[in-house]
Amino acid sequence: MSYTNQRVAYGNTLVELGRENPDIVVLDADLCGSTMGKLFEEAYPERHFEMGIAEANMTSVAAGLAQTGKIPFTNSFAVFSGGRAFDQIRQTIAIGRLNVKICGSSSGLSDFGDGATHQCVEDLAIFRAVPNMTVICPADANETVEAVKAIAAYDGPCYLRLNRNDYENVTAEGTPFSIGVPTVLREGTDVAVFACGYMVGLALQAAELLKDELSVRVINVSTVKPLARDRIAELAAGVCGVVTAEEHNVLGGLGSAIAEVLSMSRLPIRFVGIQDEFGCSAHNYTELLAHYGLTKETIMDAVREIAAAAKKG
Amino acid sequence: MENREALLAYLRDKAKILRKNVIRCIGVGIPGHLGGSNSSADLLAALYFYKLRHDPSDPNRKDRDRVLFSKGHAAILQYSALAECGYFPKEELDHVKEIGSMLQGHPDFRKTPGIEAGTGSLGQGLSIGLGMALGQRLDGLDSKTYVFLGDGEIAEGQIWEAAMAAGTMKVSNLIAILDRNGLQAMGAVKERFDSAPLIPKWEAFGWRVLEIDGHDMGQIVDALDDATSDGDQPVVIIANTVKGKGVSFAEHVVGFHNGILTQELYDRAMRELDGEEAAV
Repeated sequence: MSYTNQRVAYGNTLVELGRENPDIVVLDADLCGSTMGKLFEEAYPERHFEMGIAEANMTSVAAGLAQTGKIPFTNSFAVFSGGRAFDQIRQTIAIGRLNVKICGSSSGLSDFGDGATHQCVEDLAIFRAVPNMTVICPADANETVEAVKAIAAYDGPCYLRLNRNDYENVTAEGTPFSIGVPTVLREGTDVAVFACGYMVGLALQAAELLKDELSVRVINVSTVKPLARDRIAELAAGVCGVVTAEEHNVLGGLGSAIAEVLSMSRLPIRFVGIQDEFGCSAHNYTELLAHYGLTKETIMDAVREIAAAAKKG
Repeated sequence: MENREALLAYLRDKAKILRKNVIRCIGVGIPGHLGGSNSSADLLAALYFYKLRHDPSDPNRKDRDRVLFSKGHAAILQYSALAECGYFPKEELDHVKEIGSMLQGHPDFRKTPGIEAGTGSLGQGLSIGLGMALGQRLDGLDSKTYVFLGDGEIAEGQIWEAAMAAGTMKVSNLIAILDRNGLQAMGAVKERFDSAPLIPKWEAFGWRVLEIDGHDMGQIVDALDDATSDGDQPVVIIANTVKGKGVSFAEHVVGFHNGILTQELYDRAMRELDGEEAAV
């Protein structure tokens, strides 16, 4: 079954996993119609917990459930499930390496209408800095299906960052997913673009539009932590520079993570992302992304700049 | 009646041992949470040595009852009980908070057998206990989860999120024990940030409330029996206690929330607890 929305892919995959594994339990905080936890609730009402609008309690309850052998998934918008419940995640789940999966739905700017309070531009930075956490940001709905299966099979805390909106898949349905393994979606020799989430698709479009000028390698880094340091260095070897692209603050997210790995490489790096500001309301997703410079054109410009700088240098 | 008196005497003796273990955990010259540990000692002695279904040789036994210290700073009291039960050698109590020790300043379940989860960022333990109680219920177990709360701690909003959820969901295998010793870190709860009235609050959130003298072993045993009897509500035992109970110079003294013992005070505390020296 193919989906074009990460939330729908997520909810349906939880139902599929719940069929085989009675230990899977799902918790929501009055947003199950949006997070798609409602699909699990309909299928297994006794294993779905409506915790009310109380994310802190939901998260610690999930920790307790994990300690009885369950595999809890907590759902809400990223800014709540991750942001509001940060201390609960840190204190009990991360320190204890508990088997809880935190789903950050409607992440980045994808909840375009609700504005800065409901958009989440800092979650990758926050959870990357928490020891023991695994941080996953799938490129599309197809990859979401496989990522959910992978984190359910992995024993430990995970943060899963999902997009709210429909968009075309850039990975093939059923592509095997391994936590920690970046994948090359397009080969190239001049510039390497490391991207995650929705920006992977834009990076591929940019590479295609640049093909007569420059040869661009596009890498989907859907596991932001643990980062495959050796593999990232390998994928950056031989190109003249690197561009990173994320729907997240450029401080602390994927770009920072890549720069940490490449800090001894002398490669120039350009960071496409949100320039340390909060989001705002918009009438649609595309115009909001454009407002913050999250477009294929911005990625193309960054690639050209990197190539030009390398030529000069 | 004879059996009951023997039981109560046995539990009082265990409580004395736990209080001495707490002093041993604190040692000399390093701050330790004496006050809030020894206020809960009678309650915890009754739990571990009378009420609890547990097996120190198999800490992960599936149908065990679980005990959490949401007031995680009193971890040394739980360590004292766990050591006394045989979860680990008592010698470990001499190494609390040393680098690499299995006994951390706050509970760490990865390091200490018998600890159920990391707690101590106040206000979170009732929620964690609720999750455990729900897990026990999903598994069809008749096991209980007990959560120790402090009366200062319940200023945390998450306590009331958990209280509301447990009441709404009728989680009757969840038992909160509220150690009402009347003192929080900066002074008297009544003066700093009054959490009263307690009974109407908990009742309004759907809990059955039992109020007892937390140092009267008969009342403690009866309350634990009552709390685990049939019912469809979570139960909170509000235990009125004395902070630092059993060590005269620490009783009711805010400074012994997290205080330092000199060698002289250490020896005196041990003598008092042994009954060799009358409390002043």
